[in-house]
Amino acid sequence: MPAPDWLRKRRERDASADDASLWQKCPKCSEMLYRKDIVANLWVCSRCGYHFRMHAYDRINTLVDGDFVEIGTDILPGDPLGWTDKRPYPQKLERDREKSKLSEAVVTGFATLDGFPVALGVMDFNFRGGTMGTVVGERITNLLEEARRRRLPCIIFTASGGARMEEGMLALMQMAKTTLAVERFKDEGNLYIAVLTDPTTGGVSASFAFAADLIVAEARAAIGFAGRRVIEQTIRQKLPENFQTAEFLLEKGHVDMVLDRRELRPALVRLLDYAVDRKRLATPLKAVPEFAIQ
Amino acid sequence: MNLIVEREKSLSELETRLAQLHERGIGGDEMRALETKVQELRQDFFGKLTPWERVNMARHPKRPLASDYLGALEAFDELHGDRHFRDDPALVGGFAKLRGHNVMVLSQQKGRDTKENIRRNFGMVSPEGYRKASRLMELAARFHLPIVTFVDTSGADPGIGSEERAQSEAISGCLMTLTHVGVPVVASIVGEGGSGGALAIALADHVIMAENAVYSVASPEGCAAILWGDSARAPEAAEHLKLTSNDLLGFGIVDEIVPEPLGGAHHDAAAFIGRVFDAIERALERLALLPPADLLDTRYRKYRRIGSWREDSPVRAGGLA
Repeated sequence: MPAPDWLRKRRERDASADDASLWQKCPKCSEMLYRKDIVANLWVCSRCGYHFRMHAYDRINTLVDGDFVEIGTDILPGDPLGWTDKRPYPQKLERDREKSKLSEAVVTGFATLDGFPVALGVMDFNFRGGTMGTVVGERITNLLEEARRRRLPCIIFTASGGARMEEGMLALMQMAKTTLAVERFKDEGNLYIAVLTDPTTGGVSASFAFAADLIVAEARAAIGFAGRRVIEQTIRQKLPENFQTAEFLLEKGHVDMVLDRRELRPALVRLLDYAVDRKRLATPLKAVPEFAIQ
Repeated sequence: MNLIVEREKSLSELETRLAQLHERGIGGDEMRALETKVQELRQDFFGKLTPWERVNMARHPKRPLASDYLGALEAFDELHGDRHFRDDPALVGGFAKLRGHNVMVLSQQKGRDTKENIRRNFGMVSPEGYRKASRLMELAARFHLPIVTFVDTSGADPGIGSEERAQSEAISGCLMTLTHVGVPVVASIVGEGGSGGALAIALADHVIMAENAVYSVASPEGCAAILWGDSARAPEAAEHLKLTSNDLLGFGIVDEIVPEPLGGAHHDAAAFIGRVFDAIERALERLALLPPADLLDTRYRKYRRIGSWREDSPVRAGGLA
């Protein structure tokens, strides 16, 4: 059985890692970390607990039981505004595709989590800063619609700088589109969990992220509506260090829980267990022919 | 200084001089030529506006504000507060009568002068404003009142307090409310439509846009700062953003444009507001015929379609269309 596409892509990335990337410095405590140890520790600094940003496929790989069926790969970005500044928008996209090995800023699909079949969306900051253009909006909407059709719970990991400038108002309208999809999904009694990771801001936080039933924030993640710089420029003063962190949001009552990445998977499984009847999700993922891994 | 105001000044100087010449009884071919010249200049200044000129028009100090629209209603009874924190003066809402229709009106209110602008936070709505809006929308739905909104904001408030009180959740909450209220929703973009802060009250069955209003993913200044680290390049960003009424009609993001008199809506505010009301009334009468389930379904499909992407294979992409 050939490896699924997402796993193959991940292996390619690992194989291409050169000596320079064997060691990585923690940006927080400056500790030199052996890359394999970082990976083994779920991209968390073993010394200070700093959470490195994770690649979407790494996130999926460390989260799911083993199978992941990606959907939405056929939905790809165009250039609706014919945008050019320093370079044309299609060139920026091409560069980000090469850099991130992703086709867009979100990966969507189906997986099982400790036996629970779930719809899973994972955003990636490496692609255009995780910004939401029409492809992100379409893939998220598609995921929610497919999950609704199958009555599966949906978990979305957010990481986004907001709406994508280069797609203008078409990008902004994805806030409306995704929120409509969330409302229909929830209205039929399905569970939607948002996991806010670093950073989650702007058009994503103000639409489908904060519309979730349960909102989990990853430790130390920056989460807010306006960007930190915008606020500092507006008020003309420095903001406190902890402002707009996951911990700050927990204190202010905006999120259900803040979790260290290493506690995330078991916590998600517990949440699924509380809210979802395993028996109702009768069909194991692999038994659904259209999602069987080839 | 507002670009449009500057032009208006230079035009009015010319007109004053012309009037003085008239008073002195000076006439003849040269005068007529001068008058034609002024006419041409007016056409040249205001006939075909660039995106950046429209941004200036949308921010013109004399442009009709939400209060002018509310003042033209047959009746308006303001309802205050989010029942949790405070009343946000940047978001004004309440029961109203528009051309005989009972409606719930929600609007973003800028100030006419500095003092009022400070009180209204320059029309930038805080979380409590969006929560008031959500509350009034739910109220409207319970009593089968259509929701009519007037959008005019540079964006949602980006302050410390707004972050502390969960601006994201408040906007998301407003959008969530608009996804499920089973009454007609008609939004009019009458001035500035600034990003998510504008969209929060503009997810609607029918979206009307004033000819010279602008509606964009970010303010031109914000966009220039984000992309190029230089907010002075706002005019260039305005060109890129496709924020004019014509652009947005083309994308299917707005459904109807209300034309403005030469020189902008403030040249004949009463007549212009009347035309916006005409458009709202037509939309309300059309939407009133739809049962709530059809209304919600149509609303879903309308937004489901918006976007532009390539499809490598037609399999399971594109949604309902």
